[in-house]
Amino acid sequence: MSELKLPSIDYAALAPILIMLGAALLGVLVEAFVPRRLRNAVQLALALVAALAAITMVIVKSDARLVTAGGAIAVDGPTLFLQGAILVLAVMALLLVGERTVERGGAFVAHAAVTAESPEDRKQADGVGGATEVYPLISFAIGGMLIFVAANDLLTMFISLEVFSLPLYLLCALARRRRLLSQEAAMKYFLLGAYASAFFLFGVALIYGFTSGIPGRGAGVDFATVHAAVGESSSSQVLLFAGMALLAIGLLFKAAAAPFHVWTPDVYQGAPTPVTGFMAACTKVAAFGALLRVFHVAFAGASWDFTPVIGVVAVLTMLVGAVLAVTQTDIKRLLAYSSIANAGYLLVGVLAPSKEGLSGTMFYLAAYGFSVLAAFAVVTLVRDADGEATHLSRWAGLGRRSPFFAAIFTFILLAFAGIPLTSGFTSKFAVFGPALEADQAWLVIAGVLTSMVLAFPYLRVVVMMWLSEPGEATPTVTVPGALTSAALMIGVLATLVLGVVPGPLLDLTTGAAEFVR
Amino acid sequence: MEQTVEFATADGLLGSVWLLVAIPLVSAAVLLLLGKRADRWGHWLGVAAIGAAFVLGLTYFFQLRGLENKQVQSSLWQFITVGDLKVDFGLLFDPLAAVFVLLITGVGFLIHLYAVEYMAHDEGRRRFFGYFNLFVAAMLLLVLGNNYVMLYFGWEGVGLASYLLISFWYGRPSAATAGKKAFLMNRVGDAGLAIGIFVMFAMLGTTQYDEVFNGVGSLTSTTVLVLGLLLLLGAAGKSGQFPLQAWLPDAMEGPTPVSALIHAATMVTAGVYLIARSNPIFSANETLQLVVVSVGALTLLMGCVIGAAKDDIKRVLAWSTVSQIGYMFLGVGLGGGAYALAIIHLLAHGFFKANMFLGAGSVMHGMNDQVDIRRFGGLSKYMKVTWLTFMMGWLAIIGIPPLSGYFSKEPIIASAFEREGWTAWLFGMAALLGAGLTAFYMTRLFVLTFHGPKRWTEDIEHPHESPKLMTIPLILLAAGSVVAGGLMTLNDSVVSWLTPVLGEEAGGEAHGVLSHTVITILSILITVLGAGLAWFLFRNGTATEPQPAGVLVTAARKNLYTDTVNEAVFEKPGIFLTRALVFLDNRGVDGLVNGLAAAVGGGSGRLRRLQTGFVRSYATSILTGALLVVAAFLAVQAGWLA
Repeated sequence: MSELKLPSIDYAALAPILIMLGAALLGVLVEAFVPRRLRNAVQLALALVAALAAITMVIVKSDARLVTAGGAIAVDGPTLFLQGAILVLAVMALLLVGERTVERGGAFVAHAAVTAESPEDRKQADGVGGATEVYPLISFAIGGMLIFVAANDLLTMFISLEVFSLPLYLLCALARRRRLLSQEAAMKYFLLGAYASAFFLFGVALIYGFTSGIPGRGAGVDFATVHAAVGESSSSQVLLFAGMALLAIGLLFKAAAAPFHVWTPDVYQGAPTPVTGFMAACTKVAAFGALLRVFHVAFAGASWDFTPVIGVVAVLTMLVGAVLAVTQTDIKRLLAYSSIANAGYLLVGVLAPSKEGLSGTMFYLAAYGFSVLAAFAVVTLVRDADGEATHLSRWAGLGRRSPFFAAIFTFILLAFAGIPLTSGFTSKFAVFGPALEADQAWLVIAGVLTSMVLAFPYLRVVVMMWLSEPGEATPTVTVPGALTSAALMIGVLATLVLGVVPGPLLDLTTGAAEFVR
Repeated sequence: MEQTVEFATADGLLGSVWLLVAIPLVSAAVLLLLGKRADRWGHWLGVAAIGAAFVLGLTYFFQLRGLENKQVQSSLWQFITVGDLKVDFGLLFDPLAAVFVLLITGVGFLIHLYAVEYMAHDEGRRRFFGYFNLFVAAMLLLVLGNNYVMLYFGWEGVGLASYLLISFWYGRPSAATAGKKAFLMNRVGDAGLAIGIFVMFAMLGTTQYDEVFNGVGSLTSTTVLVLGLLLLLGAAGKSGQFPLQAWLPDAMEGPTPVSALIHAATMVTAGVYLIARSNPIFSANETLQLVVVSVGALTLLMGCVIGAAKDDIKRVLAWSTVSQIGYMFLGVGLGGGAYALAIIHLLAHGFFKANMFLGAGSVMHGMNDQVDIRRFGGLSKYMKVTWLTFMMGWLAIIGIPPLSGYFSKEPIIASAFEREGWTAWLFGMAALLGAGLTAFYMTRLFVLTFHGPKRWTEDIEHPHESPKLMTIPLILLAAGSVVAGGLMTLNDSVVSWLTPVLGEEAGGEAHGVLSHTVITILSILITVLGAGLAWFLFRNGTATEPQPAGVLVTAARKNLYTDTVNEAVFEKPGIFLTRALVFLDNRGVDGLVNGLAAAVGGGSGRLRRLQTGFVRSYATSILTGALLVVAAFLAVQAGWLA
């Protein structure tokens, strides 16, 4: 019997992941031992410090290009950039989550049984109680995402997928207002998420079977083996293609691409708005990070075969997102469909097999994350006595009531519409350019046409805010607390700066745009 | 194209050209962000910003005159770098840009001044000046950019400002609708321009003017044709040319200074600028030039015919703008030396059309915002300054020597006769006929407004002349209408000034099918004939109610049925499709959308039915999708799709 060999582990390169997961575990202890009154402050500080420490580690290790933990984790340019992006966006999301002044008692509730306006609920409003479970949950989710974008084999990828998905299901159910909607959303997300995970796992199994046919090499699901198998395996190609399709379905579900997007509007609408923002920004980065790695590393040799199919998915996604956005009457659903359409544009970048395509996609992910978090930050502020007023008709005349926030929201919507001098323009540019160079003009044309359609619902909101008289039902905009203001400002400034001087970030993504195998 | 384009680097004073864009932009930001606090002095800030930009523009102009290479560019920063693709945030100051800067800031300054008084009683005056400055900044960016992406920024910016200003009085449903119409029709054009820029990337890998122009020679003629047609679509959208002309007359719902600055003097000429700027592309393909010339000729006749049947003073002027820009398109389409002629006509038109629009505003100011020319008459006695200045504009536009329209329009007509073969006759006669029609409808407008018996509505007793702040810009613009054309053509000064950009005039004396003298005599003759006919018909006024009319007049009153065609071809099928799509959707779409937009909305509503809210149906749709994706992958593998 041979000696058991432990894989060598580069702890410094794994530090961001370890820090976030460690903070999550610490958070659980804080829940148990820290007195109630202090808990919120301690938890928020813990999560923020951990995220900032993780960001520091990402920067410190920014030159790392290695495969560690027995080939399970790859730390390379895309990993580090995407981890950094997830962490920065997560800091913004944490700021939104931690906000307690906009609504007394916060946006979250711990026990589903605590009904609104009951004595317990009022106690929470008085600042006694408070659902601080949200912090460890979100830290676990962040940790899972950090592994997800670094995973170098399909099993690690699957496990990290579950690590970040399970907390997300719970987070969706924590809304303190409109609780039934929130719980329904969580339930749907959980059921469908489990369903999609099954597809993914089935795909892993088929790919494993496929790799067994490489002459002189054992079967395995690490990307190097899969990559080798695509060229050499003597197994039936059906295994490869069916496996690739099923893997793609699992990932496209998380990325909210049509026709696997169906959960998105319901979940985005039902989840507490800070969590929606977190999902729209961070989950998107994680899902596309994994898609990029799977398609560019593992299946690079089959790009001629998957490009047409994924291309059709991309076009369908843009179409569904853009067309359905037109008739939405709820701002959160509108943003959900816009997020679906953006998944389509991101797929265009994924299908440009060059270094520029990879760099453009990463740029897009970061830029979109900032804008979408800022958008949801504004949504948390527009409220009346019953909580957030998300029905669009209620936003009529908002420009008269609160010109400042209406102007900020207008700016963000213009960015979504891709107006020049916002990051929406430069990021579309960054993915469409490489796609054109890769002879994928049809995708670019579909992209341009659907973004014209998509401009319509955005502008409708703008017109509604500015050109309608405020009615009786127009809610006021709550003055945001320091945390929300900070998140909002970061988002808006990033949207502006990346629109005017995208150069530095583009240089960064270009420098990072190379996978290790 | 053997000749290569080379731009020098801007240094010294010219390195600060960006100030031209920055000054109005900062002023706009101040006006819009300070809110009510700036209400008292905001309009003066707006005027001062444009004045400063004009002075600065003049300084740069004289600086440029002294330079050897008259095309200087400065790159402010690298805007986008993706792979091989580099876009500078760069500016180009050359003779073409210089004349546009002077036109925009000069005429813009006078119109700003006029607007101070015109908008005095409007509570939104500060907001108005904010948008107005924003427009000027965007327009300057449009003409100063050194690549097509910069041009596109400015292009979208002026579109936005125009949209905001047309629906400035958003309380009026017609204004809101007109704003929407302008927005939608401009989107069509903008999409053309955007795709055109993408084509440049794809084919040449650059959007810098110099690199694109030097690379045109390496493209196949089909590529050049496609590229040119896309740019032309953009130009037609912005300049209200056939088939995208319908928005411009409706845009008159905005305040009159807006009509004067944006929809007469500057923004609508952006299409002409685009084509003149892209002259190496357009000159490289004869079919392309033929299309441009045809669009110009068709639009100029359409504009005249429709203009002759309208009774709203601003709409007559708007259709006349459409028609005059048709002349400019004709000019840039003819190519060669006619590029410069088109630019001269553009500059001259900027003066006399702004003059007449402001005159119309002055008339409306004195007549309780009446716009129906059948309800004017005899105003020459009451509004002396407006009458005299309007007269200068009128004589200029119909081309009576020695006013400016004569010097700018007549050479275009002559150039049209210099084409080869039968097209010389076709386009030459069209241009000539246009001159006659212009004389007819402009005279009709002038006579019905200022002469003949009074046909006022009861509420007006004594119309008053407008205050000084409005008449001084009128007088200055009238002076421009009188002398600008002559000055610009004296010694071919503007033609030779523009030579570095637009190329040498075609060598030697070109020979048309008719001699130049004959054309001159003919055009003056037909002008006098048209004007005389109108004077004879309308000297005694006209009925104040619509009269039964023949086929042509009825058609012209209905915009030659172009709106009907739009409706039949786009709107009706759209509505039908919508009904077909939404009949299941009992929630219906909220009545915001119509026509083709409703087709999207209807499709959207129909698709929304799939979003039932039941997890089981979501799971089914995921499963269906999964089956399709797996099937597609396997089909690819089997070689059926790839």
